[in-house]
Amino acid sequence: MNLLAIETSTEACSVALVHGEEVIARSELAPRRHAELVLPMADALLAEAGVGRHALDAIAVGRGPGAFTGVRLGVALAQGMALALDVPVVPVSSLAALALEAPREDAAILAVIDARMGEVYAACYRRGDDGTLQPLDTERVCAPEALVLPAAEAWQVVGSGWAAYAEILRERLGVEPLAADGACYPQARHVAELAVREFRAGRALPPEQALPVYLRDKVALTLVERGKA
Amino acid sequence: MDNQQFSKPVLGIETSCDETGVALLRWEPAAPGRGLLAHTLYSQIKLHADYGGVVPELASRDHVRKLLPLVREALAEAGLTPADLGGVAYTAGPGLVGALLVGAAAARAMAWALGVPAIGVHHMEGHLLAPLLEDDPPAPPFVALLVSGGHSMLVEVAAIGDYRILGDTLDDAAGEAFDKTAKLLGLPYPGGPALAALAGQGRHGAFRFARPMTDRPGLDFSFSGLKTQVLLAWQQSDRREQTRADIALAFEEAVVDTLLIKCRRALATTGARRLVIAGGVGANRRLREELAKAGQQDGFSTYFPRLAFCTDNGAMIALAGAIRLAAGQHQGEAVQVFPRWDLETLPPAD
Repeated sequence: MNLLAIETSTEACSVALVHGEEVIARSELAPRRHAELVLPMADALLAEAGVGRHALDAIAVGRGPGAFTGVRLGVALAQGMALALDVPVVPVSSLAALALEAPREDAAILAVIDARMGEVYAACYRRGDDGTLQPLDTERVCAPEALVLPAAEAWQVVGSGWAAYAEILRERLGVEPLAADGACYPQARHVAELAVREFRAGRALPPEQALPVYLRDKVALTLVERGKA
Repeated sequence: MDNQQFSKPVLGIETSCDETGVALLRWEPAAPGRGLLAHTLYSQIKLHADYGGVVPELASRDHVRKLLPLVREALAEAGLTPADLGGVAYTAGPGLVGALLVGAAAARAMAWALGVPAIGVHHMEGHLLAPLLEDDPPAPPFVALLVSGGHSMLVEVAAIGDYRILGDTLDDAAGEAFDKTAKLLGLPYPGGPALAALAGQGRHGAFRFARPMTDRPGLDFSFSGLKTQVLLAWQQSDRREQTRADIALAFEEAVVDTLLIKCRRALATTGARRLVIAGGVGANRRLREELAKAGQQDGFSTYFPRLAFCTDNGAMIALAGAIRLAAGQHQGEAVQVFPRWDLETLPPAD
């Protein structure tokens, strides 16, 4: 199968192409330049693999959580491509893609993205025996101090949340993580890896149903809440 | 403008503020309105009403939910599939950056996938070309009055793409003045249309407000002082329903009269014989009547878009985009939006 994956929900902008058994990708740490990079990256990958746009079977996208604008950019691009090509979209959690950056097989994974405003987006995972990623809880947005973690003997931490809140997260874990990287981001090659499984399991969606997941859904106060009604 | 490809339909996408608009248009230079194949619109007015104004993040979120269903609806209405498209046009600015980005990204990605050109359209160019979609379309040169919630300007249109701003607002836009004044009078958001309806029950001459900046030369507008006059009049009044309607009428008369005075001045300055009215305030009945009457008196022709094309819509973007695509213009693969964008910097379209 041929699948194009886009991930723009954090500082890293990346695109990946699954072509048969092969996965090729482009990635750049380019805050604020995602909008100009995605389509040229996609062109470069298709040219490298010799795959035409019309040979794509699905578009995958990191649907968040992450920066609102970045999440929407990726989703809108994926929606537009998929509608035009008449193929489905496979939306994938950007936290799950981030979790696949974790280096070890033998420890639970805390994927944690700095959500600004004193909060983090977080979810915990474990690698299954078959190599798949298994969620240990549900993704949420909360203050790092309020993070409630599932029981695990050993941990590894990935994502910008670690760079922002290492001390607080250490306390929440209760142990020193076996590995921790605050400078890694969700990548399209991992979105692609997760999306291929989803696609094969029949969980691809019509493009208009592939929507962003922001987690932070209260973004403004109504007149009533401001006491001005 | 005889590029063969543009016998094919152009998809137009508008997401610059709180309306998601989509249209399909086949470029027909002699009668652009005949080429309009479909148009669909979703207004977010209800969504923002609870907040007393447009919340940019919520607007962006709604565009990403509504855009594709509207594209599908428009395609179905026109009996087309994406593969039939010859190009994709989208509003690239001015507007809310996050809202613009949704339309631009989806549009640019569709064009990329189809291998057809994409073009970013200036929102105000869309508005001032909207009257071309009607029967008997105006030919340049003409003067355009663009009046909406975000803009009040007079533009000299020498040719499509050749624009000179003759006058602009120094503070509130005309539509903004309507909305804010409505709020002062206790009308619900967005109060402009409600204020105009209320004015219909007002009595002429009960109140009178100044016509701002008409006592000096120039074509700029200022409407914020008018708001203060209304507030004072209302606070000092008996605050009865009839009084509210009287004040609404006097306010509407002051705005319409001011716009009329400046339009006449702009036509005299430029020597143009055609006046185009566009933007949401262009839907105001008193404004339409007074300008048409003045045209008959002074001997200039007036051109209004239908009401649905006064407010933000996809048809005007499809039209402006189709004209520029037919002229061989298009954008590269970067998804670019311009929240601030000077109308005068646009290139000619032929």
